[in-house]
Amino acid sequence: MNRGSRAGWMFAGPALTLLGLFFFVPVALAFVLSLTDFDLYALADLNDLRFVGADNYGELLQAPLFWKALGNTFYFVLVGVPLSIALSLGAAMLLNGAIGRLVGVFRTALFAPVVTTLVAVAVIWRYLLHTRYGLINYALDGLGIDPVDWLGDPNWSMPAIILFAVWKNFGYNMVILLAGLQTIPGDLYEAARIDGANGWQRFIHVTLPALGPMLLLVSILTMAGYFQLFSEPYVMTQGGPVESTVSVLYFMYEQGFKWWNLGFASAVAFVLFVIMFAITAVQYKLAQARGVA
Amino acid sequence: MRSSYRDRLLKTLLLLLLAAFALFPLLWMLSVSLMAPGEASRFPPPLLPDKPGLSAYRALFETTGISRYFVNSLIVSVIGTALSLAFNATAGYAFAKLRFRGRDRIFQLLLAALVIPAQVTMLPLFLMLKEIGLINTFAGVLVPVTASIFGIFLVRQYALSIPDELLEAARVDGASEGRIFLQIVVPVLTPILITLGLFTFLGVWNDFMWPLIILTDQNLYTLPVALAALSREHVQDNELMMAGSVLTVLPVLLLFLVLQRYYLQGLLAGSVKG
Repeated sequence: MNRGSRAGWMFAGPALTLLGLFFFVPVALAFVLSLTDFDLYALADLNDLRFVGADNYGELLQAPLFWKALGNTFYFVLVGVPLSIALSLGAAMLLNGAIGRLVGVFRTALFAPVVTTLVAVAVIWRYLLHTRYGLINYALDGLGIDPVDWLGDPNWSMPAIILFAVWKNFGYNMVILLAGLQTIPGDLYEAARIDGANGWQRFIHVTLPALGPMLLLVSILTMAGYFQLFSEPYVMTQGGPVESTVSVLYFMYEQGFKWWNLGFASAVAFVLFVIMFAITAVQYKLAQARGVA
Repeated sequence: MRSSYRDRLLKTLLLLLLAAFALFPLLWMLSVSLMAPGEASRFPPPLLPDKPGLSAYRALFETTGISRYFVNSLIVSVIGTALSLAFNATAGYAFAKLRFRGRDRIFQLLLAALVIPAQVTMLPLFLMLKEIGLINTFAGVLVPVTASIFGIFLVRQYALSIPDELLEAARVDGASEGRIFLQIVVPVLTPILITLGLFTFLGVWNDFMWPLIILTDQNLYTLPVALAALSREHVQDNELMMAGSVLTVLPVLLLFLVLQRYYLQGLLAGSVKG
């Protein structure tokens, strides 16, 4: 090996070794694990371990709670992602029009929830959403609306978690989209204005097309993140009420680390991965077909 | 773009409203944490404490052992950041500036692997760490965060701009590769290393699911794990829980405020090019 190659491996080797051992090997093992009946007995004595082929996957497809968890997760993703991105885009457009010094101050304020510790702010929101003495119901009361049992009513628990997630996350995409907006030349807006386009038309015909690739990227990343819903229900609702906030990962956690059905839980993790991968691929293809990627 | 005075006023008002939405829960957390015991469990909920005091913080430190969790969080975050910097800075530099066999193919593989969510690895990783005795240790918490594909990518993109002539000149002068890295490369990389360090520190500090899985001994809990457990025990004790939240959120919020520029640069570098 020449000097360059030796140096290259010396510098990259340690990180690659760690990634290999603690990321790539576990990914492969996860698939193997999902083909076994690894449970509490196998945890105690590996001789109890059997290969069961695709049995876990078959069982999974017949588990009502898995379908419920999948439905809940899709609810969270399909409502939460568009809402988050819409608010991010709105905030970015407002910031883009704001005056010099204000931009920095507002950007910091709007971004603050992103860096906070999820568990800690989930505790705050659980209190804000409290039926009896939560401020949100108090505010609604002022508008003449009856108190809502946010985290105790299965119809409201997921919307409440979505509201929390939007609050926590919108600042992230806002920063990315603001950077995108700043690259759109002002001439384009000026030309559209001269052609008589109103604000909405300028948004549809100038802003959206120019942001196309960036919106695609942002929506793919946000979706991937939202599919991994776990901590919010763990802290705010413990999956309830009546399993209305059990997400796929929450289901995996309970199966794997509460009931120690590690083989079955691995199948859950893999199905989630395949779904995420498929949706990302479809999004990308669609975008390609429409010429934004 | 020209816009009328009224237009601008409206936009500023909307921004103020949005900022209130973003900041209100955090400000309220602070306010409630300064209330007397039971004061927050009234209707209507008070916005400000009658007499601001530290009784909730006193109770927090005296009854919940929070100082231990705070120290635990600090230890894993600091060590995790140091390790992440060491592993990812060297690897990121190697992928940008050193030629070695298989380099480009390995890098492609790493990028492709970004689509695999970390949760897929959690169950086997737990079993592997159980075999080598790392369950219930800080080392077990840190195993998945030390070397990261994102970290390598971040450093590589930045290191690409280092001119090859600079490195060649040092080699001609007889400097060793290690010395070139420490004396030439690290100073150039400093801004992106601050970014990476900040990302890692915040990531480890805020992380919940993996520490929850790997730490079963209460004495080793990090703040988020402890806070989640406390919130199940002390459901009614709002002032105490808010004080715990303040203690958890404040360090990362301050760190972000001080190093904001680096954070936002990293965020854009990591996603725009991704």
